Amino acid sequence: MARALINVPPKAKRGEVIEIKTLISHIMETGFRRDNVGKPIPRNIITQFTCTYNGEEVFRADLYPAIAANPFITFSTVATESGTIAFEWTGDNGFHETGAAKITVE
Amino acid sequence: MKIVESSTMGHDRKGATRRALLYGGLAGLGAALIKIEPAAATPETMQRAIRQVVGEAPIRRGKVALDVPALVENGNSVALTIEVASPMTERDYVKAIHVFNEKNPLPNVISAHLGPRAGRAKISTRFRLADTQTIVAIAELSDGTFWSASADVIVTLQACLENLD
Repeated sequence: MARALINVPPKAKRGEVIEIKTLISHIMETGFRRDNVGKPIPRNIITQFTCTYNGEEVFRADLYPAIAANPFITFSTVATESGTIAFEWTGDNGFHETGAAKITVE
Repeated sequence: MKIVESSTMGHDRKGATRRALLYGGLAGLGAALIKIEPAAATPETMQRAIRQVVGEAPIRRGKVALDVPALVENGNSVALTIEVASPMTERDYVKAIHVFNEKNPLPNVISAHLGPRAGRAKISTRFRLADTQTIVAIAELSDGTFWSASADVIVTLQACLENLD
């Protein structure tokens, strides 16, 4: 079970640009390395990250093996209304993780 | 005179066969090397990856600020920030930010898709660097233009290809 850390300001003024930071624990195995007996280690990465604000997609990123282990991503969005900002990570071997944060917009 | 000539020709022929053998051997060795080592991205493969995203459109320099340390001790985790100068309105916004590298096994790093709701076209992440190389960030704007910035990074401890002991 992967652990995700999400940083969203709990309160914001309407129209304010807020910064969102996310970090998820994941090995991000590149698929280019070999183990101690020379056998290739299969790729195991997160391939996509999506952020939705009250159900509407506001940010999406395609990740490649060049992203460091425990992918850390920050981006911004405009605080439009109170509600839920949801996050979704999907990847190799059926990896799927979600997270959410509440925001109050005044 | 004749004898000398024929002997030179003979020598040439022998040389040619030896060369052919040598080249054949080298080619075989090269093929073996390619099979063993994972293919590394080169400036050409990076250009190809960029063209896959951009198509035939011209790429102009500017608007994009690529913030990456000039000297990296550990290539396993390098902080990367890209900011694009854009008003981020419904009519004029950044659609996507793509990052490419020259010498990792794969040329792609990240492709971020934004919209006017982002408010500010700025993303950060941490990525891996397999070697000292040039990083290129390309921003795709809503009007269909592409803007880029590049940065050179010196890496002392390489990532991606290290083996487990």
